[in-house]
Amino acid sequence: MGSEFVQLSLTPILIGTLASMACALPGNFLILRRQALIGDAISHVVLPGIVVAFLLTGTVASIPMMLGAGGAALIAVLLIEAIKRLGRIEPGAAMGVVFTSMFAGGVLLLEQSDTSSVHLDVEHALMGNLESLIWFAADDWSSLVDPVALAALPPELPRIAVVCVLIAVLTFVFWRPLKISTFDEGFARSVGIPTTAISIGLVIAAAAAAVAAFDAVGSIIVIAMFICPPAAARLMTRQLELQVAWSLVFAVLSAVLGYVFAGYGPLWFGGDNAVSAAGMIATVSGVILGLACLFGPQRKRIGVAIGA
Amino acid sequence: MTRSQVKVAARDGKLLQQPQVVDSPLAVRGLTVSYGEKPAIFSIDAVAPAESMTAIVGPNGAGKSTLLKAVLGIVKPLSGSVSVYGQPLADVQARVAYVPQRASVDWDFPTRVIDVVLMGLYRELGLLGWMTGQHRKTARACLERVGMAEFADRQIGQLSGGQQQRVFLARALAQDADLYLLDEPFAGVDAATEKAIIDVLKSLRADKKTVVCVHHDLATVTDYFDHVLLINVRKIADGPVATTFTAENLQRTYGGRLATTHIDELRLPAG
Repeated sequence: MGSEFVQLSLTPILIGTLASMACALPGNFLILRRQALIGDAISHVVLPGIVVAFLLTGTVASIPMMLGAGGAALIAVLLIEAIKRLGRIEPGAAMGVVFTSMFAGGVLLLEQSDTSSVHLDVEHALMGNLESLIWFAADDWSSLVDPVALAALPPELPRIAVVCVLIAVLTFVFWRPLKISTFDEGFARSVGIPTTAISIGLVIAAAAAAVAAFDAVGSIIVIAMFICPPAAARLMTRQLELQVAWSLVFAVLSAVLGYVFAGYGPLWFGGDNAVSAAGMIATVSGVILGLACLFGPQRKRIGVAIGA
Repeated sequence: MTRSQVKVAARDGKLLQQPQVVDSPLAVRGLTVSYGEKPAIFSIDAVAPAESMTAIVGPNGAGKSTLLKAVLGIVKPLSGSVSVYGQPLADVQARVAYVPQRASVDWDFPTRVIDVVLMGLYRELGLLGWMTGQHRKTARACLERVGMAEFADRQIGQLSGGQQQRVFLARALAQDADLYLLDEPFAGVDAATEKAIIDVLKSLRADKKTVVCVHHDLATVTDYFDHVLLINVRKIADGPVATTFTAENLQRTYGGRLATTHIDELRLPAG
């Protein structure tokens, strides 16, 4: 099965895994800051940005896509702030209004424009096209050291790998200020931590993960991975360091198991066709969260007063 | 030179005596903060004398916490200035420790008691500074001072309110500052904790540190503090407790909302 696996399954699994990890890392902090919805918002507003970038340039090359998505994320943040202040609406509602309208606008734009020549439609926006990210140039495992074959890797793989590594390095370097300002913002400022810059940096990292993951795996995985692995990890441990480690384990598990179940699961049950890998990965992450809710050792975090 | 090296050098008499600092630990002038249209605090002038314990007293919404936050640069004042030991805060940040209100954080946060105290060493450790056994020893010693040593490895969500407050105080002790600013350290704590905290604060004063507390319990002001700052958006009065914490000043601070019987119970000197 070596050659078939390397050609058809290795790259989608790697891309799915890296995308899940890139989203889960900032997701840990977003959840603790009660900002989990931001990941959701970003993954939605990316769509109109990508469509506009395509309409302007006529290609689906990665640089214009990233710029378009980044621009849309920026507009969304400004809009959310504006609605919050001018409309005096609570932040969650402002976010909800902005990201659903922008996503809907993106869908309308998409329907009205001729994107038949490229991989850009509503289904891809939601589900991505993980299964089609195959490595044609690969023959078998030896292709991993063959420069010619490596040069023909789907461009989504190096892109998401770079973003994932970057986010991991930034999380490591800024661990202390991130942790302190997430726990106690007032204290963080009193010791000179630039808390506003840290918050903005975190949102930018989440946006980068969402944008890089979006065109490979679609918005469903992005939303699920921002929330499910960190939320499940939260039920496993009482230490942030371990929580982040658990969230990465759950992200990898969801991606690998989800991809395998999507490809082979229906066959085991007598079905004919594989199901959407993105949908299955998101489902597996949800099941993991459900299991953590039922069996996680820290699911009952009740403040027990001991002594005085 | 590390902190411990300095201490050793000082003990051996190798350090020159620091020139006497004449600037007061904390001086604010014309400090005004506004969250909306109405100011939260308006043009407050105050000075905390060195080696003293000052209580900031006033009714709910008087801007007591806001005053502390403005001093620390956590909220931006509209106008006015803050000087700490005669310098802008940014230059002397390491000499200031802050204990926020206990209720301002989520105690369900996944971390242990010792980790919270270690946050007090952030300025020393920086982004990637290697945490050594010495740092952990310092943190444990601070927990010891507030009587929480045996809770070091406990999850913070398992603590009672009083224990949480003592952990916050231990974190401030770890900062080894000269000026301690505390926001309602006695709010909702048990008697044992109150005793533990006041003992630590008095020992800080004995070590020539300066302590400023937002304080809500009028009954203990005379026992605990030597200076008082009465505010209700504006400054009403400040000075030594013996001469400033009077029935008349309290009535002005609370705008007549304080029942006379309540004031009588405080047995204050006639104002």
